Order: sequence, then C-alpha cells, then structure tokens
Amino acid sequence: MTAPQWFFAYFAGMITLLSVVMITRRNPVHGVLWMLVLFVHIAGLYLFLNAEFLAAIQIIVYAGAILVLFLFVIMLLNLKKELTVRKVQKHWVLGAAIGVIFALFVVTVVAGITVLPPLGEYSIEAIRSEGSIMTLGKVMYTKYLLPFEIASLVLLVAIVGAVVLAKKRI
Amino acid sequence: MVPLSWYIILSAVVFSIGVVGFFTRRNLIMIFMSIELMLNSVNISLVAYSHYLQSMRGQVLVFFVIAVAAAEAAIGLAIIIAYYRNNPTIKVDEINLLKG
Repeated sequence: MTAPQWFFAYFAGMITLLSVVMITRRNPVHGVLWMLVLFVHIAGLYLFLNAEFLAAIQIIVYAGAILVLFLFVIMLLNLKKELTVRKVQKHWVLGAAIGVIFALFVVTVVAGITVLPPLGEYSIEAIRSEGSIMTLGKVMYTKYLLPFEIASLVLLVAIVGAVVLAKKRI
Repeated sequence: MVPLSWYIILSAVVFSIGVVGFFTRRNLIMIFMSIELMLNSVNISLVAYSHYLQSMRGQVLVFFVIAVAAAEAAIGLAIIIAYYRNNPTIKVDEINLLKG
C-alpha cells in the first residue's frame, strides 16, 4: 500500500470504529462526544479529497452548532432515569439484521465502481489555480443560485418552526 | 491513488451502522444521532464522487445537505422538547399516543 492508501485506511478505520462506538453508548452525552471525534475524522477525509471549504463547514456547523444543540437538549431533558433501563428496543435483533443485510447488499453492489470519462472541468490543477473556496463559490452563486436561495428559506422555516414548537404558549 | 470504490464502501458501511442504530436504539436522541450519521456517510460519498469526477456538483450538494441537516436537527429537537413537556419520556416504544 502507498502512503495515501495508509492515510485513507487510518481515517476509514477510525470512522467505522467511532460510528460503532457512538451508536452503542448508553449515555447520549457520551454518544455526542464520540460523534465529535467522528466528525473531525470526516473533516480530515474531506481535506484528503480537496474539499477544504467543506472540511471547515463540517467542523463549524456540525461539530460547533449541531452537536452543541444536541448537548443543550440532553441537558434540558432529565435523562437520569434513562441510564438505568434497557437501551435497545424489543425487536432490536430484527433491526440489526436489516442493517447487516443492507450493508452486505450495498457493499456487493458498489464494490466494483469505477469512474468513467468524461470528466468534468474541475481538475485538481484547475481548482488549485483559483483556490478551492473561490471555485465552489463561483459554482454556487451562478449555476446553483436558486437552490442556494431555497436553502435560506429552509433555514428560515427551521428558525420559526423551532421557536413555535418549543414555546409553551404562542 | 486510493480507488473510488473504497470511499463508496466506507460510505455504505457507515450508512448501515446508522441504519442499525436507527432500528435498535430506544432513546430518541440516539435515533436522531443515527440519522445525522447516515447524512454524513452520504456526504462522504458525494465528496468522493465530486473529486473523482472532477465536478463541483457533489460539493455543492454536500453544502445543501449540511444546511438541511441543521434545519432538521433544530426542528426535531424542538419536537422532542415539546413532547417531553407533556409526557416525560423519550423512549420510542413508550411514545404511543396515536396507538389504537
């Protein structure tokens, strides 16, 4: 194996291991903290794939905002009682079996995937000559301008909806 | 050079771990975190395709997925808080108000 492959192997192994650790924690706070480590590793994988902007967003939005939101909600709920009871559902064997079958199916289907030409115009040299963020910004504000505006609407709905749902009396 | 299929296999495996967590856990917060895990695994495959196809489309999609995930987490956690105020439990097998 070459150096990039070892690098990928480290990140892939850690991501798989950390996801297993995350979904098996009894205490949700521990789960959130393991997820933080997991997200940092995913950001490392993004850097490896020449997606610097997304690596930064992964850390800032996921690790910085969403996980803190999770921690806040766990703090608001009183979970002392939850820690002493069974952590899996009654039919958990069935659920796990569905997941394993799904994994076998998808892995066998996608194992032989290769990229066929024609390739796009954003080769590594093209991105490097302009900078990763500038390239992404140019695409996002020209070709994907309408989805970008719709994303802002989605976030607005989320802000209003979260307030309306969590408020006691409107 | 790392083959593209490695990334896709990693993505599929992490997605399946998320599916297992979603189907087996009893705590609503952990179920939500499994959903976030599944979204992240899809993001890995999108970024990998974007790199190997030399196209920016995948990265733009990941940006939107992250925006929607943030909105989804905010709304979902607000629903959990609203439910918890009426029935102080977040175990999914005890949330059965609509059961006949």
